[in-house]
Amino acid sequence: MVQALGHTTIGIVRDLGRVGWFLLYSFYMIVRRPGSLVHVLKQMRFIGTKSLFVIVLTAAFTGMVLGLQGYYTLTKFGSEGMLGTAVALSLIRELGPVLAALMVTGRAGSAITAEIGIMRITEQIDALETMALDPFKYLVTPKFIAAMISLPLLCAIFDVIGIYGGWLVGVKLLGVNPGAYFYEMENSVVWRDVYSGFLKSFSFGIIIAWIGCYKGYYAGHGAEGVSKATTESVVLTSVIILVWDYFLTSVLL
Amino acid sequence: MITLRNIHKSFGTQKVLDGLDLDIPDGKITAIIGPSGEGKSVLLKHMIGLLQPDSGAVEVDGESIIDLRRSELNRIREKYGMLFQNVALFDSMTVFENVAFPLEEKTSLSKEVIRGRVLTALEDVGLKNIENKFPDELSGGMKKRVGLARAVVLNPKIILFDEPTTGLDPIIKRAIHQLIKDTHVKFGFTAVIVSHEIPEIFDVAQNVAMLFRGKILQHGTPDEIINSDHPAIRQFISGSLDGPIQMV
Repeated sequence: MVQALGHTTIGIVRDLGRVGWFLLYSFYMIVRRPGSLVHVLKQMRFIGTKSLFVIVLTAAFTGMVLGLQGYYTLTKFGSEGMLGTAVALSLIRELGPVLAALMVTGRAGSAITAEIGIMRITEQIDALETMALDPFKYLVTPKFIAAMISLPLLCAIFDVIGIYGGWLVGVKLLGVNPGAYFYEMENSVVWRDVYSGFLKSFSFGIIIAWIGCYKGYYAGHGAEGVSKATTESVVLTSVIILVWDYFLTSVLL
Repeated sequence: MITLRNIHKSFGTQKVLDGLDLDIPDGKITAIIGPSGEGKSVLLKHMIGLLQPDSGAVEVDGESIIDLRRSELNRIREKYGMLFQNVALFDSMTVFENVAFPLEEKTSLSKEVIRGRVLTALEDVGLKNIENKFPDELSGGMKKRVGLARAVVLNPKIILFDEPTTGLDPIIKRAIHQLIKDTHVKFGFTAVIVSHEIPEIFDVAQNVAMLFRGKILQHGTPDEIINSDHPAIRQFISGSLDGPIQMV
């Protein structure tokens, strides 16, 4: 039993060391050899542009439901005029960065793991190594850079669409004064709210690329190994995003 | 010259290489034969530093490749080309891009020169007008030939072939073996071929080493191996079920 406990502990320490090394080496490579602009743009198209539809859809309905719930709550206090503030602050500080990151995790994070995992099991990563080329330069750093740029942009789009979703329900359907909706929002939302949201998105981009690439790079054998890595990647990324969000919020508040 | 001395390698509790010694001479084709699952591919991966031994020494042209920094290992890997068992073509790239990739990344040649060299390399392996196809549109034999073109396009000093003809029909097998011989004559590289193809491999290789139970049983010319008295070698060459090589 003691031996089994020792094996498990050594395994956990080794895995933590490996995942930490993976992140540090990725940053080292971003600084030293970031890869070609073409690779980065290709990844931005995949992670960013191709996630637009799902981001717009999620943002619209999140804003609309915030409009409904906010109106229902604020009416009790006679403060419907504050609806714009409630919707905007909820989205900009919290829901925009987190929901956009979770959507990208499901759409692109899983695909990143699957792509790199398949390259691992079909020896394409070994092929790069035998050509004396560093696989990180081609497979990892472009995804890191693309995710770090794309996530804040997607978050900004999420925020704007969400605010208009709230406006549609609050102003157009429920009759909140349109001037009050935007005026109160302008008065309440400060630059610190905006940049804290962007900072969150930026860090979530790092988490998505980090875990997505790591799980693919060390995927197990065969189709089952890649499938397991993909599932673990999505679950682990989502959990880390939510936990990290709490810590970041407590620091940024 | 690739030198392996007293190589031990285990995966978990399974011992794969057990005190193996082998010298790969320069400029010749050396075949490594042996039953499936005996660690021939593992041995090949030790020669290029894709795997590190648990103990022992691997030297390439007198330089150790054990526990090197990545940059130092890459300097030694510049001498190599490798054809993988499953070819390992980049599946998101076309045939042209696959063969051009090492040239684009490792040289500063112009696009026109690279294009010329890629098309020549493809013609050398008997392929024409397929440069815009993707690997999944090719047959097994064509993939192997594209892999061979990619392996030779930088004129490496050493090429490792991991079961280059497995799963191919007899005619394609013969064509691939002939291609290896022809490209060897043309470029003069050192070749190491892991193969099960008995007796064809004796016609391709100038040296043959038999791997069994983690050690090299015998290393010599094809004639020496064919006329070996060792029971395991005799059984492997004859394909008999009776002898020291057991299925389970």
